[in-house]
Amino acid sequence: MALDLTKEKGIPLDQQRFTWPDLVRTPLSKLDDDAFTRVRVILMNGIENESWLFQHQFARCNADLRKELARVRRVEQHQQTLVNWLLPPDQSALETTIAYEQVAVEVTATVAEHEPDPYMKQVYRFGLLEDFDHLYRYSALLDRLEGKDPNVILQSYTDIMPGRPTWVEHRHPDDDIRAHYDRKKAHPLTKIHALLILAAEQQTRNFYATVGNIYADPIARQLYAEISSIEEQHVTQYESLQDPHEPWLEKWLLHEATEVYCYFSCMHQEGNTRIKQIWEQMLAYELGHLNYVMELFKKVEKRDPFEVLPKSLPQPLDFASHRDYVREVLEKEVDLRAQGTQFVPKEKEPQDGPSATYRNYMNSKGSPSETVAAGYRWMPGTELIARAQALRAQELGVH
Amino acid sequence: MKTSGDMGKNRTGVRMSPKEAKAMEEAAANIHPPPGDESKIAEVRESYHARAIPVGSVPPPGSVKGMAKAAASAVTGKKASVLLDKMGERMAFERTGVRLYEALITKLASAGEVDSIGLTEEALRKIQDDELRHMQIVAEAIEEMGADPTAETPCADVAGVQAKGILQVLTDPRTTLAQGLSAILTAELVDNASWEMLVDLARDFGNDEAANAFEDARRQEEEHVRLVRGWLEALTRQESLGAPAHAPPPA
Repeated sequence: MALDLTKEKGIPLDQQRFTWPDLVRTPLSKLDDDAFTRVRVILMNGIENESWLFQHQFARCNADLRKELARVRRVEQHQQTLVNWLLPPDQSALETTIAYEQVAVEVTATVAEHEPDPYMKQVYRFGLLEDFDHLYRYSALLDRLEGKDPNVILQSYTDIMPGRPTWVEHRHPDDDIRAHYDRKKAHPLTKIHALLILAAEQQTRNFYATVGNIYADPIARQLYAEISSIEEQHVTQYESLQDPHEPWLEKWLLHEATEVYCYFSCMHQEGNTRIKQIWEQMLAYELGHLNYVMELFKKVEKRDPFEVLPKSLPQPLDFASHRDYVREVLEKEVDLRAQGTQFVPKEKEPQDGPSATYRNYMNSKGSPSETVAAGYRWMPGTELIARAQALRAQELGVH
Repeated sequence: MKTSGDMGKNRTGVRMSPKEAKAMEEAAANIHPPPGDESKIAEVRESYHARAIPVGSVPPPGSVKGMAKAAASAVTGKKASVLLDKMGERMAFERTGVRLYEALITKLASAGEVDSIGLTEEALRKIQDDELRHMQIVAEAIEEMGADPTAETPCADVAGVQAKGILQVLTDPRTTLAQGLSAILTAELVDNASWEMLVDLARDFGNDEAANAFEDARRQEEEHVRLVRGWLEALTRQESLGAPAHAPPPA
C-alpha cells in the first residue's frame, strides 16, 4: 500500500478543527490493548512535540512566515494533546517510562534495519544498545519500587537484559556529535529517519526531565537524573545527523513529510479500530499541512518540493518485535565506544580522554543505574516470586 | 451496571505469548547483572534519610491566645504543635473526603442506584454531609486553640499524598461503582483509626470538649465503614453470583 504524495491532498488546513471532547477521548486500555498501540501513541506524541518545537524556533528566526507557522502549529498543538491523552491514568509514570524505552528499542531497531546509509545505520545501532540498557534499569526500578512486572507493559515483545551499561554511556559532549547527511545526496528516508528518531529521543528526554521529580524515592530521582542525561546526549547525537545547511522551509517540509509517514505507518498497522480512525484523521490533517507547506515552498523557495520529498512514501515503519535483530547487534556491538564522530572498540578509547574523564567523575560517588539493578534478573511476575516461593517451600518443609 | 470481572483480551500475562516469554526468561537467566543485590538501593535511601529535612513544620500560633495555650502545654511537658498537626491532618482528610464522595456520587448516577442495599444518592449525600460537618468540628477546635485552620500542617500534607491514588480511582470514568467503593473503603478505614487516635490525643492534652466532639465524629465514621463495606460486599457478591444484592446487616 503506497501513498502518492503528488496526489494526496488530505484535509485543507482551514477545515481542521477540534472541540475539547475531540481532544480528550477514551484512553487506550493498559490491560487489553496491544503494546504496539501504546508504542504508536508515544511515538506520535514525540513527533507532534518536535513539529511544535521546530515551528516555534522557525518563527523566532523568520518574520515573514509567522502567521503561516502559527496556523499550522495550532493544529499540531491539538493533535499532540489528542494523541498524548490516549495514555490511560492507571499507567504509572514508571510504567509509561517502560513503554518509552520499548518505543526507543523497537522503533530504533526498525529504523536501523531499513536505513539505507551505512553510517546512519551504525549510529542507530549504537543508540539502540543504550536505550536497551535503560529498559533493563527501569525494569529493575519498577519491580523494586512499585512491585510490578515490566512485562505487563512490554507483553513479551522486548527483552529485559543489560545492553551497553548505562554507567559507560556518559560521554564528553564532543563525543556525542556525529557526521551529518548531505542534503543534496541523502535518500529521503535517511532524512525522515533522522527526524523521527530525534523526535522520539527528545520527548523521552523531556518526559524524564519532567517526571523525575515526582518520585519520593531518592534512587528513583537519581536514576531519572542519570538516564535523562543520556537522553540529552542522544538528542545531541541525533540532531547532529541533520544537514545544517538545509533551509528552514526545507526542514519544515521534511517535518510535515515525517508526520505523514509516521501516521501512515500507524494507520497501516493499528488493530484497535477506534484508534485506527484517529490515525486516519491525523494522516489526513498532516497531508493538509504538507500540501500547505509545499505551496509555501514553491512560492518562497521557488523550487519543486519533490526535489526534497519522495513522490511516494517508503515502506511503513515495522511496529513489531525485533528480538533477534537486537540480540545480534548486542552480541556484536555492545563494546563499541564513541570517539568524535566515529565508533571504536572499547580498548581504543583513551583512558585519560575527555569521555573517560567525564564518566569517571560523574560516577565517582556511585552509579544509580548500577545500584538499582544490582543482582537483578527479570522473572515473570517480578523477582519477588522466587522469594515468595522459597519462603513458602521453607515453611512447608518446617511444618 | 458496569462490572470489572468480565473475561476479555487482557494481554498482560506471559501465558498470552508463551513462546516469546520463554525466550525472554531464558535470556534473562543467562545475563550478568551488576554485582550485589537490592540492599545497595537501601544504602542510597539510608544516606538520604540521614540528611533529609522534614516536609515542613507546624505554623507558630498567630494569636496571643494560641501562644498562651502553647506555653501552658509546654509547662506540662506536652507539645501542642503535635495535636495541631494531627488536627490539621484530620481536617485535610475530611475536606478531601467531601470531594471523594462527590466523585462517588457521579459514579453512582452513571451506574444507577441500588435500592435493594440502600446504595442511593441520598445515603451518599448523608455521609458527605458528615464529612463536611467533621471538617468544621476540627476547624473550630483548631481555632479554639488559637491556631490557623487554613494552614496545611505536615501531616495534612502527607495525608494528601496518601489520598492521591484514591482520588485517581474515583475520578476515572472507566472504574466501576464497586471499584469506587473499594477506594472509599480504604479512606474510611484509615479515617476511622485516625479519629480514634485523635480522641485519645485530645484527652491527653486535657481538651475534653474537643475530645467529646471528636468522639461523636468517630462514631459516625464507624458507621461509614460499616455501610461502605456492606455495599461493596453486596455488589461483589451480586457480580460473582449473579444474585440480587442484599442490604448490609444493621449496626
